[in-house]
Amino acid sequence: MRMYTEERAPSKRNFVKDVLALTSNHAVAYAVRSLDVDVIASYPITPQTTIVEKLAEFVANGELDAEFVNVESEHSALSVVLGASATGARTFTATSSQGFLLMHEVLHNVSGLRLPVVMAVPSRAVSAPISIHGDYSDLMTGKDVGWIVFICASAQEVYDTVLQLYAVAEDERVCLPAIVAYDGFLMSHTMERVEVYRDDLILEFAPKRVKRLLDPANPVTLGELALPEHYYRYKYSQLSALDGSREVIRSVFKSFYSYFGIEYDFVERFKTEDADFIIVVYGGASWGNAVEAVNITREKGLKTGALRIRVLRPFPIKEVVDTLKNVKGFSVVDRAISFGASTPGPVYADVVVSLAEYGLSIPSVCVIAGIGQKVMYVSDFVRVLEELVKGKEGVILL
Amino acid sequence: MIADKGSTRLETKEGWRNFRPEIKDELCVRCNICWVYCPDLAIYTEQGDFTARGKKYVLAYRVDYRYCKGCGICANECPVKAIEMVRE
Amino acid sequence: MIKNIKDLPREELFAPGHTMCSGCGPAIAVRWITKFIGNNAIVVNATGCVEVTTTIYPRTAWEHPYIHSLFGNTAAVAGGVERAISVLSRKGKWDSGDTKVVVIAGDGGTYDIGLQALSGTLERGHRVLYILYDNEAYMNTGIQRSSSTPLYAWTTTTPVGEKVRGKQERKKDIIGIVLSHGIPYVASASVSHIVDLGNKIEKALSYLKEGPTFIRIFAPCVPGWRYPENKTVEVARLAVETGYFPLFEWEKERFRLNPPSNGLVDEQRRVPIVEFLKLQERFSHLSEEQICAIQDEVNRMWEKIKEHLK
Repeated sequence: MRMYTEERAPSKRNFVKDVLALTSNHAVAYAVRSLDVDVIASYPITPQTTIVEKLAEFVANGELDAEFVNVESEHSALSVVLGASATGARTFTATSSQGFLLMHEVLHNVSGLRLPVVMAVPSRAVSAPISIHGDYSDLMTGKDVGWIVFICASAQEVYDTVLQLYAVAEDERVCLPAIVAYDGFLMSHTMERVEVYRDDLILEFAPKRVKRLLDPANPVTLGELALPEHYYRYKYSQLSALDGSREVIRSVFKSFYSYFGIEYDFVERFKTEDADFIIVVYGGASWGNAVEAVNITREKGLKTGALRIRVLRPFPIKEVVDTLKNVKGFSVVDRAISFGASTPGPVYADVVVSLAEYGLSIPSVCVIAGIGQKVMYVSDFVRVLEELVKGKEGVILL
Repeated sequence: MIADKGSTRLETKEGWRNFRPEIKDELCVRCNICWVYCPDLAIYTEQGDFTARGKKYVLAYRVDYRYCKGCGICANECPVKAIEMVRE
Repeated sequence: MIKNIKDLPREELFAPGHTMCSGCGPAIAVRWITKFIGNNAIVVNATGCVEVTTTIYPRTAWEHPYIHSLFGNTAAVAGGVERAISVLSRKGKWDSGDTKVVVIAGDGGTYDIGLQALSGTLERGHRVLYILYDNEAYMNTGIQRSSSTPLYAWTTTTPVGEKVRGKQERKKDIIGIVLSHGIPYVASASVSHIVDLGNKIEKALSYLKEGPTFIRIFAPCVPGWRYPENKTVEVARLAVETGYFPLFEWEKERFRLNPPSNGLVDEQRRVPIVEFLKLQERFSHLSEEQICAIQDEVNRMWEKIKEHLK
């Protein structure tokens, strides 16, 4: 398992302010504090609540000078943040599951208005039946609405990603909102070693560039009505901005490396260079299992590898195709279900289509696992790889 | 985003009218009411020397026919019936 | 304080050429709201008649910085704008001084879908002036009933049929709901009384340093209420003169009736409600009993008002 922090370039060590034991949720809060966020909207929902609780503490202690708005629903949470962002404030909110679903129309609105809002979504299953436990069902209902989406696998990565997302979202070539997602409970509430950086460097790496659109000195009308001869142009422009954000993300990764010495990419690879069979995952628990499963099957003489998708939107087509193009078989482990779709695995669909765009059709298996935080055993992932080797295709519901 | 504030001025509305208001300046007592109630900002004042009903005034009320939709609120509210709605 | 009609501000801060109906009540309201709030204000507008007829790309009737987000979140968005101004000012980053945040929303977006966000914004004390233009139905989508639609009124979703004749529920008491949040200033105004409206907006803005403020403006709708388009102001005036729509203010805990409503405490001085109802075809199906029932409702409302005056 790649320990990013151990790889941090030695020359960057002195940029680390402190080493803390933080849950992914608290890692988000620490990052938001250092970024000098101006307006935060807070509404409780498991498993996100400890993010806003920590931020409330920071604000109450004077460690963060921000307007902390305790709203009356998630629909209002994202709306408050929308209004603040349009007025030039750097903003943040967090939610999960039902809350993420409740703010759905506002998700489209924020992206359509091109506001650089950043939101944390520790992902959780959706009702009915009600489940407070983790899976990625919530996130998947909102991945195609014009937001940049990153999925992390460790608390350090979550902390680093929040910093990066502000740099990407506020870039004037992007001006799109962004989500950092990660495993509900398995990561949100699990303490890990996190290195936090010097505040001055963080603000140098991600300076505030939120445009003041609502300005009495320069009045404009936002949220206008667009008739058929105009509406499509806005949407094509959003599409183009999201596609174009790949370049900005790449340059932010470079900049992050130069500031803090960790190299990030759109994907993470484990022993994929010579692999015949690859298991593709997202999120922390799946990644941990996948890496273990690769180690175990390699010991049995199988040439296996694991690929983790970090940037879900814009989907890293090139990186995924480059990694998978020569394999004999692959599987994608999805922790969400697309009911009634051509395949139940949403990211499996992304991968298959990416390969198809390059004329590649490779035997593959769609795996659904960890739904509602159903325990994902390493042995299950080992079995998936072994099935791949036997030439299995189709769907496996773990 | 629409950056051109007040740009609806470029879209005239005279085609909406069936009737147009005609302010009879010689009857007007300059009460201001027609100007107050116009929903379309189609009534404005013109500075000058005017005489009506034997009194002298420094302004007169005019209709901006580019924007008047002919609703007739001005005529209905005029306390001295100085505005007549004439068929277009 | 505006003393009379000659004192009204002359500079227009709203543009002609919008596509509101001929004779539109809300159009009169918006024209004057934009004047009374002054240049240094940000307008947050809900989806509705006003929004749709004033912001059709590439044209806007607005001269103010303006944002329309969704239908039910206007109060929340306004809260976000207000907090951004507050924190940016504190951090020395806001160079427009004391910019006011003003919501303009219809009854649909206030009484119904926007009620939760309104309650949240009032409860949290955001310094926002929320102005409701009340045309008593969802007019923009073609005249559907809202909880602001009065008893027995015709709308397309409370039609007059064989079995059911018009809306069967009473108009919701939005003022009561707003008052329960304990905000410093709540007022009722009408497009027929512009000087009164101007003074109320001025007062509401001055109270913003203490908390959110709220003004409801009675704004008749030509196609929705079905009356001749030249009678908008007349219908609004009759609403006041019959006592159907009293002009009043709640300043902190003090209630005050404004002229001419302050002269209507005596039932004999109120014009019979039938004069107001008969002008509008949305009430043309009313039976004698129903008209009497509405007159009773008005009288009962005034009994309550008398309690406040004590």
